[in-house]
Amino acid sequence: MKVTIDGHEIEVEPGTTILQAARMIGGESVPPAMCYYSKLEGTGGKCRACLVEVSKGSEADPRPMPKLMASCKTGVMDGMEVKSISSPRVLEARKSVTEFLLINHPLDCPICDQAGECDLQNLAFQHGKSQKRYKEEKRTFEPEDIGPNIQLHMNRCILCYRCVKTAEQLTDKRVHGVCGRGEHAQISTYISAAIDNEFSGNMIDVCPVGALTDKTFRFKSRVWFNKPYNAHRNCPTCSGKVTLWMFGEEIQRVTARKDEFHEVEEFICNDCRFDHKDPKDWVIEGPRKFEKFSVINQNNYTKKLDKVVLNTEEHILAGREQDRKKISMKDIPYTEHESKE
Amino acid sequence: MATKILLDKIDIPGIKSYEVYRQNGGYASVEKALKTMTPDDVTEQVKASGLRGRGGAGFPVGLKWSFIDKKSGKPRHLVCNADESEPGTFKDRYLMEHIPHLLIEGMITASYALGANLSYIYIRGEYMWVFKTLERAIKEAYAAGWLGKNILGSGFDLDLHVHCGAGAYICGEETALIESLEGKRGNPRIKPPFPAVSGLWGNPTVVNNVESISNVPWIVMNSGEDYSKLGLGRSAGTKLISASGHIRKPGVYEIEMGITVDEFINSDEYCGGMMDDRPLKALVPGGSSVPILPAHLIYKTANGEDRLMTYESLSDGGFETGSMLGSGGFIVYNDTACIVRNTWNFARFYAHESCGQCSPCREGTGWLEKVLYRIETGQGTMDDIDLLWNIQSNIEGNTICPLGDAAAWPVAAALRHFREEFEYHVLYPEKVKDRNHFVKEPFENVKHLINK
Amino acid sequence: METKKYKQNIDITPALQERINELLSHYPADKKKSALLPVLHEVQDAHDNWLSAELMDKVAEILEITPIEVYEVVTFYTMYNQKPMGKYMFEFCLTSCCGIRGADDMMEYACEKLGIQPGGTTEDGMFSVVGVQCLGACGYAPMMQLGDFYKEHLTKEKIDQIIDDCKSGKVILHDK
Repeated sequence: MKVTIDGHEIEVEPGTTILQAARMIGGESVPPAMCYYSKLEGTGGKCRACLVEVSKGSEADPRPMPKLMASCKTGVMDGMEVKSISSPRVLEARKSVTEFLLINHPLDCPICDQAGECDLQNLAFQHGKSQKRYKEEKRTFEPEDIGPNIQLHMNRCILCYRCVKTAEQLTDKRVHGVCGRGEHAQISTYISAAIDNEFSGNMIDVCPVGALTDKTFRFKSRVWFNKPYNAHRNCPTCSGKVTLWMFGEEIQRVTARKDEFHEVEEFICNDCRFDHKDPKDWVIEGPRKFEKFSVINQNNYTKKLDKVVLNTEEHILAGREQDRKKISMKDIPYTEHESKE
Repeated sequence: MATKILLDKIDIPGIKSYEVYRQNGGYASVEKALKTMTPDDVTEQVKASGLRGRGGAGFPVGLKWSFIDKKSGKPRHLVCNADESEPGTFKDRYLMEHIPHLLIEGMITASYALGANLSYIYIRGEYMWVFKTLERAIKEAYAAGWLGKNILGSGFDLDLHVHCGAGAYICGEETALIESLEGKRGNPRIKPPFPAVSGLWGNPTVVNNVESISNVPWIVMNSGEDYSKLGLGRSAGTKLISASGHIRKPGVYEIEMGITVDEFINSDEYCGGMMDDRPLKALVPGGSSVPILPAHLIYKTANGEDRLMTYESLSDGGFETGSMLGSGGFIVYNDTACIVRNTWNFARFYAHESCGQCSPCREGTGWLEKVLYRIETGQGTMDDIDLLWNIQSNIEGNTICPLGDAAAWPVAAALRHFREEFEYHVLYPEKVKDRNHFVKEPFENVKHLINK
Repeated sequence: METKKYKQNIDITPALQERINELLSHYPADKKKSALLPVLHEVQDAHDNWLSAELMDKVAEILEITPIEVYEVVTFYTMYNQKPMGKYMFEFCLTSCCGIRGADDMMEYACEKLGIQPGGTTEDGMFSVVGVQCLGACGYAPMMQLGDFYKEHLTKEKIDQIIDDCKSGKVILHDK
């Protein structure tokens, strides 16, 4: 089957979705996906960030589709033509979706452990508006303790349902889900149960935002201060292939290895993730590579970076001589007269 | 007297019971269909009738039936959508409450046409006493041999049950309804696959509104062609209209499509005119989701033609000067009604009923509600009015199911036709503090303040 | 998010079990979960009009599903109460058609008469007043739901009468 996305043509198998086809092409036409996860069945269609315009349905029925389509859920047809970033309608819709996802989001990136590797942050960088139009009080949820491994920050959640599908498909008994409805819908166990299944930690990796983070890594470091290394160990439960996030000799965090679309390559077990923080437990393979443009990548040590030169430094930071004098405390003598006043 | 198909027997004493219903010709369509027609014959008659779905979308019923996947060999189901929850609509309840066997008869005949052997009526949980009424009626039908194995010796088996919801407007959306029937949250599914291929428990399923199915016995007893002669053009047949608001005689009326809106509102056979001497101000002709019409576009279209009670005439002028027939929830407002308050009220409804699955609807409906609340309570700004327009247009078309559109349209139409009232709320917060401010001082009397 | 403050009797009486079995018979044997909504209605009606987590667990056990599947459903649908409510729950429809025919005034009147706020319950646990969304009785506004039934064309006098009837035990809540 032939499909054209933003003018790039590609041959794909029947049953391929537009998003998958776009990922095969790569580059800027790949729609952002906040809820779809290729390794979890039944995900996608919910966040609406990946909407695209189908300007030609197929060779057989060339009519354009009237509505924007969720690219993660729409199968390609032979001869289909799709507009992703080449469509102003699509860009407008992505802007709207980004705004909707952010209006109730706490925007607490400065204290969020996900910052730097957050899909919502990336989405906001690319499609966000700089001004805010939401004047109302943001929605907040009562904090809920879901056990010793995973920290739930419901206020940051975008309800992608990935963690629910993870629990359904990787663990034997799901104890958390989506409770409530509408804007009060939330990820919860309802009874503050501990989520402790041996694969439950994968919920952290699939979470596109900082709603589910690693309790053992909480407030330890910003992710960009860590050096990620691919490593493995002989694990009886999972593949044992992980990324270690190191600070000096210390393993601060263990995650699954993620691909260029931020999806894990192989799910790992909780034992690997939470209980092996000694470098001796691991065979380190080498630095993890980043393929995709992202916030964290701006500080990527595997890439040679130019020294940052601030042109303004000389004039502003150093200041003029006369200004330096004005603001200098020590240059103005302290007199007895002043101290009595 | 106009032709009545659904309500012609409604006044017969005891018609709720099986005996009386049967004595008055009830279940004859089942006899006729099972003994003298093939399932495809029934579908053909329904196709020929031009009957369009009465739940709101108006999709041709026969065509929908013909989409059901008969090749897969999987069991098929007919599910009746009795989750009537659209504000302004209460016609299905009226039918089920007063003449429950009509729906059951329609379900049997329609299930036969579809080759469904297990069918359900999904009724909203609030209609609990109607749920019980239907349960009893179904038991009566089983006892009389209209349900169960080998009905009338035809070899056709059918089990029919009634299932109740528990308070969720979204379950009126057919895939959410199916989820709910499977014992899950009412989150609409992403289509495709459509229910005709993969519906209830993954089996091919048709979901039809109560009124649509209740028309089937008449079509089978007469003919599709006879039905198509009723009404006007593509708006074939009769339609139940739920009339409410500031009219003399609110209630459910069966009309032959094609009568004028003027006649429907003002004749004694129907609404009987306005309830008192306060003048007509606005009309929502098809349930809360459809655009509201201002007084000058109610009786006449923008072209000056008579506005008729048909799918086509009510939508004449598109979203600029028209509306939609929708589910037939006909809400009439006089000049005591505040359009801003009413729009906020609708927005609150949709925010409350959003399932929360997709982001534009989950976040957008709540946002609309909050901004409208501010304007309604005199805390809004002129920018808020433009913001409302922008939010609604960002929701429309970008959601999984039509609830997003349904939440956006009433806001868009209110802004389009009644923008001055929104401005009045912004400019004169003191005057709008009392929620009944237009009762004392209708908008016509204060309109001049805005143009100053 | 759950209320652990209140304890509830979670016995399933033989009569209730029989009714549950009847409901279960409406669905294929391997689709027991489908009976969840109707079963929850019956269980709630038989247990003082609310569902504790323990009671929901019991329902999960009967339907052979996980507790979270029940919690998800109970919190989605508005008719299931997750905390004790008054025996007589006045649910006023506040949506447009009722709103323009005086629904807010009626609800305020009932609240004033019972000395509670919307959403509140009287101290003796007899009455609750809540505002709800469209109940499908738009032509008979203003109206409220009480148990399985609708009370329509409400006036202040009618509300007085209903309250008196509740107090004297004349009101039938459920059609069993």
